[in-house]
Amino acid sequence: MTDQDVTGLPPLRADLVIEYPFIRTTGPVVGAFLTGLREAVLVGIRRADGTVMVPPVEYDPVTSEPLSEVVEVSSTGTIVSWTWVDPPRPGSPWDTPHGLALVLLDGADTPLLHGVLVDSPDQVATGLRVEAVWKSERVGHITDLVGFAPVARDTLEGS
Amino acid sequence: MTDTPLPDEVGEGPPIHLPPSISDVEPVLSVRTPIRLEYDFIPSAAAQQYLRAYASKRILGNRSPVDGAVFVPPRGVDPRNGVVAAEMVDLVDRGHVGSFCVTHLPIPGRKDLPVPYVSAWIHLDGADIGFLGLVAGCAAADVRIGMRVRAVWKPDAELGATAENVLHWEPTGEPDVPVAEAGNRAWALKQAATGGGDGA
Repeated sequence: MTDQDVTGLPPLRADLVIEYPFIRTTGPVVGAFLTGLREAVLVGIRRADGTVMVPPVEYDPVTSEPLSEVVEVSSTGTIVSWTWVDPPRPGSPWDTPHGLALVLLDGADTPLLHGVLVDSPDQVATGLRVEAVWKSERVGHITDLVGFAPVARDTLEGS
Repeated sequence: MTDTPLPDEVGEGPPIHLPPSISDVEPVLSVRTPIRLEYDFIPSAAAQQYLRAYASKRILGNRSPVDGAVFVPPRGVDPRNGVVAAEMVDLVDRGHVGSFCVTHLPIPGRKDLPVPYVSAWIHLDGADIGFLGLVAGCAAADVRIGMRVRAVWKPDAELGATAENVLHWEPTGEPDVPVAEAGNRAWALKQAATGGGDGA
């Protein structure tokens, strides 16, 4: 479409922002997870086969049955997969380089995605035992959980 | 038309059983999840030409090489036929209301847009699709399909290569376009008269 490039001027451009101030109603299941975060407790939901999903979901992902038994799981778990984020993304909950990991909490059968609070990727490993680090003032939001920090001298192999 | 039976009651699902640690505390019922997207917008070649003309109160459209339909704003293509539409045409800043919506809920952060406001598809004379704008200069309740309107431009000193040059569209007082010939119906009628195919 060079025939339309008739001005010979530098291209127009604009810095635009789209922003929506959503407030979302949670329902009882997601609400229970957020209530747990505010109380510094991690919860999941039990499926018919006895396994526990964290975070809890409202319907069984295989059978589609409604799920209703919210159960508490441990605030300690094991890293099953991870990556390193440097620099942190704009708008990220973290303002320093950090790990991002799938953490299988004790008592859970699915891993939770969250930050790993260490200084370098040398300090993260699959199998590393970690525990939740909470904000002192919590409101019922995923950022009530600051992230996971290594449990001192406690690895999967050594535990 | 078939009747869709209403459910006898809204399904609520099974009662949720909570562990002791969270069963006696005030439950969280809602969560703030704002989203924000920052991006650089660089208009297409056709849109650049359109915006520069718009800054001097000219409204450009594109004419389809297939059936002559005029699109505004110009996108440089006829999206119905998947062909380049390079021909630019000048349109007038007058037309009629093809369809409209009266909004009574304010948009957060838009104090310049008091409710109720009327957004409308303005069908410019000579164009075959609507052009989005605000209708003002009359009561919201008086806006109607087919009402003739003209552009109220910003003062010349405030014009720029943006989509914001027309403050709103105001009634001209001319007789209405009949509803049966207004908006997208106009194109359908034109196509029927010439034995053409799909609508714009």
